[in-house]
Amino acid sequence: MTAEAWDILVFFLKLSLLAVGGANAAVPEMHREVVETRQWMSDATFSQGYALAAAAPGPNVLFVAVIGWHVAGAQGLAASLIGFLGPTFLLSWAVAMLTQRLAGDARLAALRAGLVPVAIGLILATGLVTAGASARGTSIEVTVALLITLTSTIFVWRSDYSPIWTLLGGGVLGLLLLR
Amino acid sequence: MSGKASIPSEEPPLNPPPGPAQLFAAFAKAGLLGFGGAQVWVRRALVEERRWMSERDYAEVLGLGQVLPGPNVGNAAVMIGRRFAGLLGAFAATGGLYVGPLIILMSLVLLWQEFADNPLVSAFMHGTACAAAGMVIGNGLRMSTRLRPPPELIAIGLLSMVAAAWFRVPLPLIVLVLGPISIAAVVWRGRRSP
Repeated sequence: MTAEAWDILVFFLKLSLLAVGGANAAVPEMHREVVETRQWMSDATFSQGYALAAAAPGPNVLFVAVIGWHVAGAQGLAASLIGFLGPTFLLSWAVAMLTQRLAGDARLAALRAGLVPVAIGLILATGLVTAGASARGTSIEVTVALLITLTSTIFVWRSDYSPIWTLLGGGVLGLLLLR
Repeated sequence: MSGKASIPSEEPPLNPPPGPAQLFAAFAKAGLLGFGGAQVWVRRALVEERRWMSERDYAEVLGLGQVLPGPNVGNAAVMIGRRFAGLLGAFAATGGLYVGPLIILMSLVLLWQEFADNPLVSAFMHGTACAAAGMVIGNGLRMSTRLRPPPELIAIGLLSMVAAAWFRVPLPLIVLVLGPISIAAVVWRGRRSP
């Protein structure tokens, strides 16, 4: 294992358990360390990598693999994923074990049910923040962007059709109206 | 569950629990389709398509996954995989969730210079990003509609949303303050069936 890959592993191990709220919550800290302190990546490469990870399918957490790859190739990629996902895997495993052992306990039931509204509120907030970031450009483009978001919201909320249609539709409308 | 605008008040019975291979397939599909939030697609696969979990059960696992560090859907994958098929299930769900998207993302990184400056690509991606934001919001509303929470829990959900989206309150703080209030509200209502 190269020295760079080792550094990547240690860095993401330390960051992993601080990332409450997922990778997005840890992005400011990643930027501070990776771009400013250690200068592993330029600001532009960092932003581009983040935009790609957000645009690609799958969890945004895979952005850490882009950093790992950039700094230390295939070894860095593996080190970043193991470092960032390993501790959260173990913690989730432990919590799942505990909740199974305590199944039927009234306090656990209240805890589980009580976290649901907070989680859904945070999911809605993620959508709203992304919607705000996507509503950019001229005032016409902002209106188009918001209309796409609103239509997509209603489509996914009220219909049983796959959300893939709203994503494709949004892409086509973007192609026509957001250039 | 077919046709449009039908949000059932009664959920159909669950299917038998999946093994590791079925878990891998379901999470791999959700990961590959998972533009703008794999969580949306995992919920759709597990609750609506394959019916391995009820809406409430999934929401509770996701709630735990949300307050634990790391990606909420990744944490949920570990817990769901473990419950249905032990360690192998946890690895199958996690692997399925990440492997496809990882390959696509790394291909994009390698090809990036080819299409970075193509205005058609960026216009398409811009439109998709707007739709993906709506998809995440719509999914949250869909979960809420189907769970039919009492007014005090709706208020707590809205408070969490406003705190995170408008005031940018750090997430751990929101969980630490509103979490206990929400749990107290659940106890007070005393209406949850185990």
